[in-house]
Amino acid sequence: MNKPVEHPAQAPKRIQREESAGFDRTVIDYIHNAAAHGLYEIRGLGAKRKLPHFDDLVFLAGSVSRYPLEGYREKCHTKTVLGTRYAKKPVELDIPITFAGMSFGSLSARVKEALGRAATELGTSTTTGDGGMTQEERQSSKTLVYQCLPSRYGFNPDDVRRADAIEVVIGQGAKPGGGGMLLGQKVNPRVAKMRTLPEGIDQRSACRHPDWTGPDDLVIKINELREITDWQVPIYVKIGATRVYNDVKLAVHAGADVVVVDGMQGGTAATQSVFIEHVGIPTLAALRQAVEALEELDMRGKVQLVISGGIRTGADVAKALALGADAVSVGQGTLIALGCNHEAYFQNGANHSAEEDYAKLGTAPGYCHHCHTGRCPVGITTQDAILEQRLDPAVGAKRLKNYFKTMNMELTTVARACGKSNVHHLEREDLVALTIEAAAMARVPLAGTSWIPGVTGT
Amino acid sequence: MDSLTVEKRTTMDKTFDLAKSSVRELNQFLHQDLATSGVKHIDVLNPNGSHSIAVGVNHPVAIDIRGQGGYYVGGMNKFADITVHGNVGWGVAENMMSGSVRVKGFASESAGATGHGGTLIIEGDASLRCGISMKGIDIVVGGRVGNYSAFMAQAGRLVICGDAGDALGDSLYEAVIYVRGKIKSLGADAQQEPMTAADHAAVAELLKRAGFPYDPTEFKRVASARSLYHWNADANQEY
Repeated sequence: MNKPVEHPAQAPKRIQREESAGFDRTVIDYIHNAAAHGLYEIRGLGAKRKLPHFDDLVFLAGSVSRYPLEGYREKCHTKTVLGTRYAKKPVELDIPITFAGMSFGSLSARVKEALGRAATELGTSTTTGDGGMTQEERQSSKTLVYQCLPSRYGFNPDDVRRADAIEVVIGQGAKPGGGGMLLGQKVNPRVAKMRTLPEGIDQRSACRHPDWTGPDDLVIKINELREITDWQVPIYVKIGATRVYNDVKLAVHAGADVVVVDGMQGGTAATQSVFIEHVGIPTLAALRQAVEALEELDMRGKVQLVISGGIRTGADVAKALALGADAVSVGQGTLIALGCNHEAYFQNGANHSAEEDYAKLGTAPGYCHHCHTGRCPVGITTQDAILEQRLDPAVGAKRLKNYFKTMNMELTTVARACGKSNVHHLEREDLVALTIEAAAMARVPLAGTSWIPGVTGT
Repeated sequence: MDSLTVEKRTTMDKTFDLAKSSVRELNQFLHQDLATSGVKHIDVLNPNGSHSIAVGVNHPVAIDIRGQGGYYVGGMNKFADITVHGNVGWGVAENMMSGSVRVKGFASESAGATGHGGTLIIEGDASLRCGISMKGIDIVVGGRVGNYSAFMAQAGRLVICGDAGDALGDSLYEAVIYVRGKIKSLGADAQQEPMTAADHAAVAELLKRAGFPYDPTEFKRVASARSLYHWNADANQEY
């Protein structure tokens, strides 16, 4: 039976349902919320908008002009050494993939333990974060990087002395120019005690260090940390990606052994969404600028470069190394490996649905960024005694190990295909870009051309 | 063994002349040899404004620095009692855990920053951000303090015998400030509160520790109004 055809005059006018590009439903929702509450949005994780990224690059593997290595039989080394400039004991890692700094406070102590266990088994490092060093993570981590942040929460000389490297954190990709944030729901008695704060308060960390300002002071601060540690361990400097070219040069001049650059896709446990989406530059652009700064100073290979901010896969790692990074750090990826945004959590040998708990937060698996609430449905970004039981450190460690192992295998697969017997031999030459934006940012040619926008070619 | 005992007694005191040896050698001795050396007192000569003098000490010892210190004198100190017979640069006794640091002269910016414990005494004036982010340290300043002192101070006590600059105690947490002189202005969330008997006793004890002859009843108490402890959607946000 045919439906009678509507006369155009009687049909609803589509123009009456036309969505605005500028004032789309997200923006309308934003303005409604701002008008209702007079307070900006705070959330976790990193930038959600689409950005030029490693996905916009592809490898030119071996063929006739260059030959590949045998994928399964020929060796491909992944050993990575960080901190060779001044430290008597550089950090030696089996793989160039490390765990990014995430605080106890933002994460539960059980998650910190899982990270440490996995890192130790993988032969890589883990990093403390803005909340001090816990016993759990020190004991479980063979190689632990201890962050020195503006807040100095829980910062003390005993932990400095038992750290394998010190990382002076100047900024992070999710919020360059902003301090840490931990809302009251997560400031439980243990977290409060470690940070010398009253329980349950909304904690906002300082954005500048309390005892130095500017690059000339940083020279002196780094020297002090070296004096305290008797020049044994590497001193890293971590920056949020903004004026990367200048900042990396200044960090090198200040005496850093390792520079860590965190792009705007880098995550956080809580910050204003305006920061996450609108401050900083993409990891891809940041990486190239950092490498350029090191090359100009003739410091490639002398000061190591760690890149982070949206590293998800072995392909991302391979591309980062090819562009000139010595290692990468993974933050959000590790949380997802632990079960972040998963429909279920694994407890007492069985899966349990977490969907109801996502719904209570007004979200659903796949969309959740509610780390700031402390009500993580899968027990990762929480300090709640019941929720945190949803993550078993042993199970978590196993999942992290699998994830990193997978990325490392992908990395060596690509490296061998490009004819490299060492992943650190991957080079910019091995890459081309799929988009003009990525070509311009990474300064590799657009695929099929010799064109690098702003540089050369046609 | 007898000769060793004699040797030990004569080496109770030690001198580092920084005109002849480096800060590195001094710190290395303090970290690696001090605990087993039997040394109880160290004189540091010709400091000439060097940075990082006697940082990271982890053992009881008295250290006299005979001259001017640069940045971070006594940084991260534990157990040691350090006296500077001169002025110091930024971050004196930064992140101190225990022990004491006494500055006979003036202190530059961020004195006692993030200190967790111990006592910092500055006989002269202290510059900007004295006691910034302090986490349990006691600081007694004989003279004045600059702007933004005790910024985000979390715990501990700051006693100011002279005047205080602008924005004293901005974004204070649980640290308490006692001021004898004038306060140019209080920072966000800092408020003046009445002195209690416990405050008078605390100030008396701290003044005694510092050796300053003032009367505790001359002091005012400044502490947090705690209005920034929680987000308030209806309030005009300053952050």
